[in-house]
Amino acid sequence: MRVDAVVVGGGPAGLRAATEVARRGGDVVVLDENPVFGGKLLGQLHESHAGGWWRGWEVAARLEAEARSAGAVLRGDAGVWALEPGWRARVADLLNRGDQPAAYEAGAVVVATGACEKPVAVPGWTLPGVMTVGAAQVLTNVHRVRPGRRALVVGIDPLALTVARQLALAGVEVVGVVLPPPLGLNADAGSVRATLARLGSLASLAPTPWLRMAAAALESGLARELAARVGPPGGVRVWGVPVHHRTALLEVQGDGRVERVVLAPVGADGEPVTSRRREVQVDAVCLSGGLMPLAELPAVLGCGFARDERLGGDVPLHGPDMESTVPGLFVAGDVTGVEGAEVAMAKGRLAGLAVCRRLGREVRDAEIEAARRKLDRARQEAKIEFYPGARQAAGAMGQRWREVAWVDP
Amino acid sequence: MRITDHPLLPALSRREVRFSFEGRELVALEGESIAAALLAAGERVLRHHERTGAPRGLYCGIGHCLECRVWVDDVGTVRACTTRVEDGMSVRRSGFGGRP
Repeated sequence: MRVDAVVVGGGPAGLRAATEVARRGGDVVVLDENPVFGGKLLGQLHESHAGGWWRGWEVAARLEAEARSAGAVLRGDAGVWALEPGWRARVADLLNRGDQPAAYEAGAVVVATGACEKPVAVPGWTLPGVMTVGAAQVLTNVHRVRPGRRALVVGIDPLALTVARQLALAGVEVVGVVLPPPLGLNADAGSVRATLARLGSLASLAPTPWLRMAAAALESGLARELAARVGPPGGVRVWGVPVHHRTALLEVQGDGRVERVVLAPVGADGEPVTSRRREVQVDAVCLSGGLMPLAELPAVLGCGFARDERLGGDVPLHGPDMESTVPGLFVAGDVTGVEGAEVAMAKGRLAGLAVCRRLGREVRDAEIEAARRKLDRARQEAKIEFYPGARQAAGAMGQRWREVAWVDP
Repeated sequence: MRITDHPLLPALSRREVRFSFEGRELVALEGESIAAALLAAGERVLRHHERTGAPRGLYCGIGHCLECRVWVDDVGTVRACTTRVEDGMSVRRSGFGGRP
């Protein structure tokens, strides 16, 4: 089937991009392998910077309604298994219904596939009952099924703490949030002192600064050493959930399912003290290894990439209009850097406008400028940077793009 | 395991649908994933590893890791985390035991 534009991914960025294209008269189809639209918005529940609660599913419903009323076609249960330059998107009919096109030809493509969680490999992690914090969030907030009765959350980062809170709100007994198993230590003494200074006032910190700090500590690779030296031995409570930042998970055990976890305190050398290991009975373990852009499709197309840990890892190199190094291939949302839903929406809007321009529709420079300003503002207002420094990294992307564009215009 | 009383989430009214798992008749709520419906029924083991036979369940929850694949009669292998349960579906564990 021939359309003007294909959008891969029906989350905040993809829906917003499709709405812009459809509003300017473009034929656009949004393909998502999920049956429902909204992406990771659907499970989101946290306090917003504007005050009150951010209810992601309400935002998703609004974005979906806007896209549909603008005339975009939304197709779920549709996995895009190939993108061919020119463009053709090949679609897997996941339920074998045989009633929808197997491919779409288009003048431009927006890849808005979002991010996925990095795996946390620990002995016992394949036991049923071990899942990512993202999976636990969807079960709890979307499907309203508890991941377990007693759960351990592993990983001290903003998403892990947010989900631990959501589990507690849903009536799950959260026995604690602990560190992942040791993965080696990068001991930079200067940074240790700097981070220690910030940790000094831990007890008086509100949740948000604590979240930023926890993420900073883990990302700098110093968490374990810090955990060995500071803070009360019983951990601190964040939103009523006990965070044991001096305890690490060693192993998950059980006969055919999760029955218990083995934990150990972390010693002054940053290693777990295995002689003091203890077992805790749980029936669910929620792992958080951080988020990374889900960029297989641009990678297969030979798109240029840039690596920046502040954005979650390898992201498709993209210009100020969200176009990748492959002409006609646009990228938007967390696939271009893990920055959250509000920033993703702003990226989607900008990408949508740029696609319209690429398709030959009239888009005034002022509209593009306004969309860029909106993206800048969304970044400034973001309450939580999942990875500290994401704003600066996004700026650095612009510099790298100019270097590439200069070498290979 | 169902959450019926939540301090912040609005109550949902969802139609019941009937499906089977390994021949056992179960009740699900319309719109939920196969994985969620099975967990609500106390079923965590979605498949057995093809070589070792070790039990596996839901891991990533977004269709990326493929750990949760199950067999649905007349459809084939699907991911339990991203596939909605439907009235009359017959779901089986995949993997060890000779099933495709």
